[in-house]
Amino acid sequence: MAESGTAENRAGAAKGFHWEHLIGLIGAGLLLWGSWTGLFVLPPDRFMGDVMRILYVHVPAAWATLLCFTAVFVASVGWLIRGTWGWDVLGEAATKVGLVLGVLLTALGSIWARPTWGVWWDWDPRLTSVVVMLVAFGGISALRSFVEDAVQRATWVAVASIIAYVNVPVVYFSVKWWRSLHQMQSSPKTVDGDMVTALRINAFAFLFLGIWFIVRHWRILSIYRAEEVSEEPPEAGLRAGAA
Amino acid sequence: MTAVGDNGGTSGTGGTGGTGAGGGTGAGRGTAERRGEGLAEALSRLAVTTGWIFLKDLRLAWRSPGRLSAVAMFAVLILLMFSFAVSDTSRLKTEAPGYYWLAILLSSTLYLSDTWRIEMQNRAMEGIRLLPVPPAAVFFGKSLATMLLLTGMGILLIPVMVGLYDISVRMGTALLIGVLILGAAGLSAPGILYGLLSARVRSGEVLLPLLLFPLEVPALLACTRATTLVLTGDPMDQLPAWLSLLTAFNLIFWSLCALLFGRLLEE
Repeated sequence: MAESGTAENRAGAAKGFHWEHLIGLIGAGLLLWGSWTGLFVLPPDRFMGDVMRILYVHVPAAWATLLCFTAVFVASVGWLIRGTWGWDVLGEAATKVGLVLGVLLTALGSIWARPTWGVWWDWDPRLTSVVVMLVAFGGISALRSFVEDAVQRATWVAVASIIAYVNVPVVYFSVKWWRSLHQMQSSPKTVDGDMVTALRINAFAFLFLGIWFIVRHWRILSIYRAEEVSEEPPEAGLRAGAA
Repeated sequence: MTAVGDNGGTSGTGGTGGTGAGGGTGAGRGTAERRGEGLAEALSRLAVTTGWIFLKDLRLAWRSPGRLSAVAMFAVLILLMFSFAVSDTSRLKTEAPGYYWLAILLSSTLYLSDTWRIEMQNRAMEGIRLLPVPPAAVFFGKSLATMLLLTGMGILLIPVMVGLYDISVRMGTALLIGVLILGAAGLSAPGILYGLLSARVRSGEVLLPLLLFPLEVPALLACTRATTLVLTGDPMDQLPAWLSLLTAFNLIFWSLCALLFGRLLEE
């Protein structure tokens, strides 16, 4: 175990201003801008009315969730190939942020579905595949608490994450493969130009906020992981990236 | 464990040496031929070693029939419990495929935990790790054995389901067994991989369903729908689509799990 003085130094390294805070601030600003535009500037939808406005956050949350789990996949492959702790910590951070965003996406979708479809939930292929994806990554998150050895845990979680990632393309293409209650993916072809702008602003907002959450979580987890394996936290890469 | 890979590598090196002696296109063709021979040799070695692991697992199952019969009894019990839980007998008839596959899925977790538990006893796992076979052979051997045993159990459950739920198999038992084989394959490959994980941790029996069940949702869905069609008839010709989904599921997970299994065996 590392000495407590070293631990304090590492904790200090996670405090203070880092480049990810700037990303977070930009993300928060974009979210305010996009939400303001979506709520007060743009007109209501011709068929759905004001209920449609929730899609300005629901759709970006969905994109961000899929991106988070893609980051988990990349981190898992990175760990299996390189075996450096940064990849494992990135995988853990992205899994947790992905799960939070996924729950938000499902909750927002449910709130939208109640007045539109008349039900909070339907066993539509898109909804089902999202739940399967979230439960799969939730199980992987639980797996971490079952294994004590850090190397063993990182490898097992990486393998399970790669297998669970099979769900992500299924979620994305489910609306194309099985035409059901959920509409096709929102794109400039299916959404009015002004509405696309608000969607894009919020998409970047969720992306930046997601990066902020992941990197913050990555820094904190790095400290714990370094304590656990008595190694330096893999922060050098991030600092070099900021410089 | 790297014996097959080493063989392939040696062949490749030999081919490079031949380039200097023969020169030109002929030497290149020689290298390609030797690589092809190396691959064929590796595949035949994989098949043989898979066969040995498969037979080892079947022999273990044969030597302790009590374990298997306990798993089968558990599956029968689940079918029985569903008939107590659902009071409306007409619903039992229509939902029989769902109960049947749930019984197989739940009892498969018992078998999967058990098949790795016995490998953990008497340091048998170290013996498996030291075997001069590729990890994929261990994976394929154990998965095939699991698939065969689950299929056998599923066949035994058919008359129980028919009797308890008063159903008839309209499209024939052979087709039902075909669905069963594909479904058992879908349960076996991820099951063997996650069974290895759960056998090596505390409270692994909790972990196994937590990891396995979300993954099995598409397979369970396809198996249930395909079985329903086999039992009730398929006037809209939907069966091929569900069987294709099951086949795709098997191809993806058998190859992905075989690729990753080695890393789990090493750690």
